[in-house]
Amino acid sequence: MKLKSFPGGLHPPDNKAWSAHKPIETCALPGELVIPLAQHIGAPAEPCVAKGDQVRKGQVIGQAKGFVSVPVHASTSGEVIAVEPRPHPYGRDLPAVVIRPDGQDAWVEGLEEADPEALTADEIRDRIRAAGIVGMGGATFPTHVKLSPPAEKPIDTVIVNGVECEPYLTADHRLMLEQTQKVLDGVAILKKVLGVQKALVGIEANKPDAIAAMQKACAGRGIEVVPLEVKYPQGAEKQLILAAVGREVPSGGLPMDVGVVVQNVGTAAAIDDAVRLGRPLIERIATVTGPCVNEPKNLRVRIGTALAHLVEACGGLKSDPAKIIMGGPMMGAAQLSLAVPATRGTSGLLLLGEQDVSLETEGPCIRCGRCVQVCPARILPTTIAAYARLDLFDEAEQFCALDCIECGCCTYICPSALALVQAIRYAKGAIMARKRKI
Amino acid sequence: MEQLYLSSSPHIRSEQTTDKVMRAVIYALLPACAVSVYLFGLPALSILVLCAAGCVATEAVCRKLMGRPLSLTDGSAALTGILLALNLPPSVPWWLALLGAAVAIAVGKQVYGGLGYNPFNPALVARVVLLISFPVQMTSWSAPAPLGSGLDAVTSATPLGEMKTAVMLTGKLPEAMQQGIGSYFVGHMAGSLGEVSALALLVGAAYLFWKRILTWHTPLSYLGTVVVVSGVFWLIDPARYPSPLFHLVTGGLILGAFFMATDMVTSPVTGKGMVIFGVGCGLLTVLIRLFGGYPEGVSFAILLMNATTPLIDRYTKPKKFGFVAPQG
Amino acid sequence: MLASILSLGGIGFLAALALGIAAKKFAVEVDPRELALLEVMPGANCGACGYAGCSGYAKAVAEGKAGPNACTPGGQATLEKIAHIMGVTAVAAEPQVAVVLCQGDNEKAAAKYRYLGVADCNAAQKIADGPKTCPGGCVGLGSCARACPFDAIEITAQGLAVISREKCTGCTKCVAVCPRKVIAMRPLDATVHVLCNSHDKGAAVRKYCQVGCIACQICKKTVPEAYVIEDFLAEVVYEHHGQAAPAVEKCPTKCIRDFEDGYPEGSSFGPPVCKKTEAA
Repeated sequence: MKLKSFPGGLHPPDNKAWSAHKPIETCALPGELVIPLAQHIGAPAEPCVAKGDQVRKGQVIGQAKGFVSVPVHASTSGEVIAVEPRPHPYGRDLPAVVIRPDGQDAWVEGLEEADPEALTADEIRDRIRAAGIVGMGGATFPTHVKLSPPAEKPIDTVIVNGVECEPYLTADHRLMLEQTQKVLDGVAILKKVLGVQKALVGIEANKPDAIAAMQKACAGRGIEVVPLEVKYPQGAEKQLILAAVGREVPSGGLPMDVGVVVQNVGTAAAIDDAVRLGRPLIERIATVTGPCVNEPKNLRVRIGTALAHLVEACGGLKSDPAKIIMGGPMMGAAQLSLAVPATRGTSGLLLLGEQDVSLETEGPCIRCGRCVQVCPARILPTTIAAYARLDLFDEAEQFCALDCIECGCCTYICPSALALVQAIRYAKGAIMARKRKI
Repeated sequence: MEQLYLSSSPHIRSEQTTDKVMRAVIYALLPACAVSVYLFGLPALSILVLCAAGCVATEAVCRKLMGRPLSLTDGSAALTGILLALNLPPSVPWWLALLGAAVAIAVGKQVYGGLGYNPFNPALVARVVLLISFPVQMTSWSAPAPLGSGLDAVTSATPLGEMKTAVMLTGKLPEAMQQGIGSYFVGHMAGSLGEVSALALLVGAAYLFWKRILTWHTPLSYLGTVVVVSGVFWLIDPARYPSPLFHLVTGGLILGAFFMATDMVTSPVTGKGMVIFGVGCGLLTVLIRLFGGYPEGVSFAILLMNATTPLIDRYTKPKKFGFVAPQG
Repeated sequence: MLASILSLGGIGFLAALALGIAAKKFAVEVDPRELALLEVMPGANCGACGYAGCSGYAKAVAEGKAGPNACTPGGQATLEKIAHIMGVTAVAAEPQVAVVLCQGDNEKAAAKYRYLGVADCNAAQKIADGPKTCPGGCVGLGSCARACPFDAIEITAQGLAVISREKCTGCTKCVAVCPRKVIAMRPLDATVHVLCNSHDKGAAVRKYCQVGCIACQICKKTVPEAYVIEDFLAEVVYEHHGQAAPAVEKCPTKCIRDFEDGYPEGSSFGPPVCKKTEAA
């Protein structure tokens, strides 16, 4: 039977065998947790603790600022030893709350359990916001905002993203296998808060065990598992919606424009914890992998743990890495050092060696058309990039630069090693900056 | 620990590089080169070598003069040389081959800025320049004198040349042509180095399809259009117009459809555009062959369509994901 | 034959007639001064004057909207010609050149990481704030050199931008394009400059650059009126630039350069032009 899919895309080597079979292990608490106040899209949280304060696990240490923002919580109990700029995944030092764990790992008081069935949709949203839940697929968009579509955009379907199309990453895979009920409980809460009858879980066909486990557990719960063709970037929101329900999100629009809301499976599990157990988001699953790690693993990581500590938990470095990537190899961000902390959006840590890094210098565009063939957004990457290099942003906009989803397919396939995504991003940044000024 | 690399995403790349692509195309042309050397002997070999070496040398000189980095390792100059050689008659003098190589690279490519910037196929530019400047040498064909056969090269007309002459003079095709074309397919006809064996070329093309360097769009639409258009005329008057099969195996059509019209730099970037390009090439090829002044239309057809490539690209932009038709 | 001569000649004559009538009928009134002004402009269309090309500036001057001294590339010569055409007095603005306030090339200044990607300073700046550890230092990927319409900027083999005092016309395009704001306009007369753009404390600067300003104040102690230290960075007081030279050899990190001694290391420009204009 032909599996559903989307036009464009490509098949980078999977590399999931390193860790797909490894059950989730809990990573021990480090000696110091550095919890950044900016871990999400939107305004960074404002610190509400000071040096010397004692905090408990789950205590609010940074308050949300504005609607598109969430609070930040302490990942364990201990003493605040500093509130200062520290290395951050964005590549510069940004304000963070530094906590020295006291070993007690005691929860803060006042976290109440609740029955999702008894709560109203607004109450559920408040709990989600108070728990600091953001999109765990890596985008870190505040979930309560995504779950608050305006009345003029009715929603009829929630799609849960268990695709994990990035090479190397297996965290969502293991979550679906080992915490199937929790994920589905979270999906049920999503159904309730959005008021929809239809819930689909999209999973790529390279995870047959997860598909089977989820299908079995879904029986009778009004949730359907949709196996999808293995192709990158199937997990991109718009491509997922097209494959799962056949609807195309209009250019410049959002999934709510076609009646859909998409959430990652990790987010669904976190929602269950938040709504039912009252627990804030203080830990997540991340895959630590790559040729430079001794034992690639899927780790349960407390937010604020330095990447170096994660590597230690995986048997240490096998060889010196040439590139440290937070996330997957196609859309992840290269890091300056292992001193950077894991945040709510850290789906993976990938350590690549010198031989895995492509050092080719850019050649001329030979107009082979491969980037056009593989582009899931169906735009012309080579043309947009050419205009971007000449600073011709009006033309870049005409050629739909803003529709680029930055998936990296074009750059991956380009035989001349052109940095297409970088050039297109540059154009997008300039166009958005112009729009803000007007 | 050595300093880390940082870059924008993505952080992995496919193994295919430009020089690998060029090399693959060169490998794909080796069977045809081998057949031409077998059929025409040493002259063929010397032309191949002279053209390839001449192209590479010209590129080195041009890049130096332009103050740009040398780009010889990408294999595109050598490829242009081989393609040019396959377009030349085996009897051309050495200086003509070298001149063609220099024109192909200097005028057909480097003057525009080098690889990726030229609007016209460099090998065809050179061929046409030579054809117009030295019509005698460029149209002196010889029948194959296979290595070891002891035969000397014998001047002979190409099948297309014979056809045009016969039709012009008598209004009818020569007797032999009205029957089979089997021998043409494996190379027993006069022609340029690359025209003579459709079979060897197809083997090379199959290799490129397998390597996913060639896609079906241009070759299929080019050949398909030739078959359809020539078929129409053949059905109208089979005594005057040769069959589509004849068109397919004679002249530079196989070489053109699989190796020249598919040149990435000078052909459109989208699938739809490539099909339009192929159709245009096919139409022009047949019209020139049947009604034009030259017996062979492939070179001119492709060059004319190269000129329309930017226009085709402009009007075949893909419809973006989530395209919303403007209201009202 | 007569027929062809007559017919072709006739067609030619008619065409000429039509063109002449059209030229008169559709003529656009142009202020003759505008044309004269356009003649004396340098023709580089660099935009330094703030108008769209030389024709834009010529039009603005002819309409009285712009003063005569906005064309920095044209210099004194163009200023005088414009003034002559418009019948005003020529008051020159003090000529300025662009100077890259940095000598930290790849050998002397540390890098945070090895950069891979588009060879453009603005693109590299977006990745973890640029590959150079010094937040104000020259990235060396050549955005300024590409922006310069007069070919006045070179990037040395060690990755440092250097601007030729001779070729620079003061159009300020490089200043606008630099993501680190390390290029500044300085009076042409001044030859002594503090080539550093970092406001970090001395100890920090020493860690990442051999030739950075550590705000040790020695220059100020040597020639008090010629230097000012602000925010851990020394700068020449340009009213007294003529006296600044003695501090050059006293500077411990050699971040102060007198361009009379030559361009920064690695530059292929010949000896700098350091003529002083006549005292006003």
